[in-house]
Amino acid sequence: MSETTQSTAFARPSAPVASARPGPAKAGPAKAGPAKAGSARRRYRNHWWYRLISPIALVLIWQLVSSAGVVSAQKLPPPTTVWRTAVNLVTQNSPAYGTLQGAMLVSLQRMAIGFGVGAAAAIVFALIAGLSRLGENAVDPPLQILRTLPLFGLVPVFIVWFGIGELPKTILIALGAGIPLYLNMFAGIRSVDAKLVEAAQTLKLSRTELIRHVILPGALPQTLVGLRQSLGLAWLALVVAEQVNANAGLGFMISQATQFLNLNVILVALAVYALLGLITDAIVRLLERKALAWRRGLLES
Amino acid sequence: MAPRTTGELAACVRGLTRAFDNDRRVLDDLDLDIEPGEFIAMLGVSGTGKSTLLRALAGLDPDVTGELDVPGTVAVAFQEPRLLPWRKVLANVTLGLRVPDPDAVARQALAEVGLAHKANAWPLTLSGGEAQRAALARALVRDPDLLLLDEPFSALDALTRITMHDLVLTLWQRHRPAVLLVTHDVDEALQLADRILVLADGHIAASLPVEASRPRDRDNPALIELRHLLLAELGVTKEGQS
Repeated sequence: MSETTQSTAFARPSAPVASARPGPAKAGPAKAGPAKAGSARRRYRNHWWYRLISPIALVLIWQLVSSAGVVSAQKLPPPTTVWRTAVNLVTQNSPAYGTLQGAMLVSLQRMAIGFGVGAAAAIVFALIAGLSRLGENAVDPPLQILRTLPLFGLVPVFIVWFGIGELPKTILIALGAGIPLYLNMFAGIRSVDAKLVEAAQTLKLSRTELIRHVILPGALPQTLVGLRQSLGLAWLALVVAEQVNANAGLGFMISQATQFLNLNVILVALAVYALLGLITDAIVRLLERKALAWRRGLLES
Repeated sequence: MAPRTTGELAACVRGLTRAFDNDRRVLDDLDLDIEPGEFIAMLGVSGTGKSTLLRALAGLDPDVTGELDVPGTVAVAFQEPRLLPWRKVLANVTLGLRVPDPDAVARQALAEVGLAHKANAWPLTLSGGEAQRAALARALVRDPDLLLLDEPFSALDALTRITMHDLVLTLWQRHRPAVLLVTHDVDEALQLADRILVLADGHIAASLPVEASRPRDRDNPALIELRHLLLAELGVTKEGQS
């Protein structure tokens, strides 16, 4: 309260000065009556579930369009049919497709191995390149070259080199996961505020302490951005890799379904891909909320 | 507390020179002695190398030449607080602190600067004055023999600055480190220092003792006279004023 009265008291003497000038006089009167302006404007109250409304509406429209026969069920089966297919794939082990959960596990495992290898390599390379000029000169140029190569254009090369087993799939996913993570973590390390590093030097931190307490936490926000990009690209790489002669997994399920022209199964598998991507994204968001809690302080104050 | 190092200087600088790429010498054959427990303020127009000298004393500039002897522990507070935003205030103060019970020692230091209640706060939630006090606590907790202050009050509002002046004086009187305060503010220097240095052309152009007892009254004639002298040294006195 006292703040408002004070600010109006300060504002008053300036008013005639402002009106004497032709241009910027508008700001004065608008500030004088903030209470009136506030009540006149209807405030938009937000709830988290508001975000669900438009997707649910889209599914409903899809259902209506399909069941009304506007689009043939062959081209676009209604959501209810897709759901029944999903339930069947879970409950019954079909000879053509296996089970949905089985396929999902295989794909998840591929993703986990590929992502783990790629992320681990990315972190090691980013540390080497980020923490020394020598390391940067050694590691960064080849990785920059790798980054400019079209990832999925490498598929034929990998087939020639590694055959059609698990290895080319793992490498493709690892590259998809590793490159964005490396680029962002490297940039993150290099963008750590030099003034903080200097302050830490005056505190007589050892090199290890400096890296642990200053450089890595400073690089973390950018690294987490990289992690999300890297998960996105790794899922994409998984989908592409699984199109290449997989004999198990969601991609195998899709290629089987393509042969039988079974759009239902394809849609189910795609939905599972999407769902897995959503889950990993949510995990990273949670990680961000925990690890970057110090930034929320900025918003709250 | 009495000065702990007797006889030994807090800092001894001889022939200190710092040249930048284009052969411009920011510091040019500079000599400086800092007595233990002495409060020095250093003035100088922008670009005269005040911060360069301070960084050299802090051991942050490997490219200076000449003799630089700082035997004791050194702590620095910069113009910006430079707290690590991802560590709570207490963890910022304990960073690199090698004593048996760092947390307790750090809490004590925070209490001294009036920030005991903010020990668990994130730095980004602090006001400018609070953050600067946390930075002071972080410097003081190391029990320095030489405390370097690089314009630490220049970003604060005028009222906060006065409070900070009193706080720095209190802390200095209690712990008695030698202090080198770099500042633009002639009045700040007059309020705080035992000795005022004017830096010009890369070396100490003037060294003026301030003998008035603390707390100092701005209207003290001796200070007013010193003020004129300093402004003349800094080249800002108008014709006929002094």
